[in-house]
Amino acid sequence: MRRSVAERGGAEAVADAEPEDDGEDDIDRWIADAGARRLYGWPLGSPDRAVTVRRVDGRTVTTDGPFAETKEQVAGYDLLECDDLDDALEVASGHPVAGGGVIELRPLWR
Amino acid sequence: MSSSVDAVALSFERSWGRLVAGLIAWCGDWDLAEECAQEAFAAAVTAWERDGVPAAPVAWLTTVARNRARDRMRRRTNEAAKVALAHADASDEVAPVDDEDIPDERLRLIFTCCHPALPMPARVALTLRTLCGLTPAEIARAFLVTEPAMEKRLVRARAKIAHAGIPYRVPPPELWGERVEGVLAVLYLMFNEGYAASSGDSLLRVDVSREAIRLTRSLVELLPGEPEVRALLALMLLTDARRPARVRDGHVVPLEEQDRSLWDLDRITEGARLLDADPPWGPYAVQARIALCHDVATRPEDTDWPAIAELYTLLPATPVVELNRAVAVSQVLGPKAALELVLPLADDLSGYYLHAATLADLYARLGRTSEAADALATAIEQAPTGAERRLLRARRESLLHG
Repeated sequence: MRRSVAERGGAEAVADAEPEDDGEDDIDRWIADAGARRLYGWPLGSPDRAVTVRRVDGRTVTTDGPFAETKEQVAGYDLLECDDLDDALEVASGHPVAGGGVIELRPLWR
Repeated sequence: MSSSVDAVALSFERSWGRLVAGLIAWCGDWDLAEECAQEAFAAAVTAWERDGVPAAPVAWLTTVARNRARDRMRRRTNEAAKVALAHADASDEVAPVDDEDIPDERLRLIFTCCHPALPMPARVALTLRTLCGLTPAEIARAFLVTEPAMEKRLVRARAKIAHAGIPYRVPPPELWGERVEGVLAVLYLMFNEGYAASSGDSLLRVDVSREAIRLTRSLVELLPGEPEVRALLALMLLTDARRPARVRDGHVVPLEEQDRSLWDLDRITEGARLLDADPPWGPYAVQARIALCHDVATRPEDTDWPAIAELYTLLPATPVVELNRAVAVSQVLGPKAALELVLPLADDLSGYYLHAATLADLYARLGRTSEAADALATAIEQAPTGAERRLLRARRESLLHG
């Protein structure tokens, strides 16, 4: 069963996910522990680098942002393939972001 | 009522959970398992009348339910049915002849129903439906929601189990402690809801606390090595022992005014026997000991309040625990000392009627009548059931005019 993991955290957690940060060792350890259960994933750039696109009346509208008003933001994602929810919870709970932020687990749509 | 109907009713009470748990293990389809279990019991009413009650009723019911399930799976063409059929065909197809041949899968079922990924009300509803065999209508009445709302809650819970991949199994050792605690929390909530409702305004509601006791009793057998499971059963029995004296003419009777001769001695004895004599005691064991302190006092003035106050310090110091400790302290050191403990809890417990009611009691004992009356007015507004409101109103009346 495949599911995606979204890492959400405050601004600090996003900073933690930046590649130059010390957090890299922790992530590497987590990836090693997850083994074949983690298929792929990547940290996301900060929301101030976001661009939004929509289609309105056949026209493409591109804007800068959005800049989330809320403190929580998606800091990264991973795709897991696990036997069941308990297995996925075990993998996700070991993620470094689970320590300060929140990990949201969702099954892929089927 | 004929004896075969009685036998079916008894079998239902004893074996519903075991039958459903075994069927889910066999086919992996919750809806199908429940439907076919229901049909097997319906078939038993006529068959047992005609042929007599079988020597192995669970095996008989399992065979009938499996046959129905297989028929339905063949007729259905969707993906889920094919998966269920493959699942069922892969497992043992020999018809069970003895009840001992049917493995007891109830532990898997209860851990799945009480999985932390499900919302709490869904855990309670699912447990009552699949393990206790209550109908959605009965559960809806017990929790004062409409039947369609309860149906929807159950459907959503089952869908979540399937879609989120909640496993049907007994948790592995690393999850054991946390998950057992989760199961006990569901059972205790169920008991409390039922106990509180027993003073409510409807006589039609099924007795959910009785189901909670029954299920906890089974869990004691299934998990003999867990002292907190035994302690929870003890706590339920020691609380339930006072039920016959708890309501009089539609009024809730406070502990100190209850007719103690009505208390159920068998329950008290059984509850006391379940408790370990020596610490360490978990939270349920401590609460059971507190209940026991009340149960063994033949008159209110015989209550061992210093022991109760001491026991409360062994529980995690939540605001509600502190409030209860303050009540015990008021009996040992007097209302003034207790008031100092209760007042700081006002923010944490605003909206909780027992905080206002306790304050009122302490003010009254200190002769501060108008403050007591104000606190009672607050408590009346916040009280959850009519019976409790009536009690508080009567108390306010006697304070002001008595």
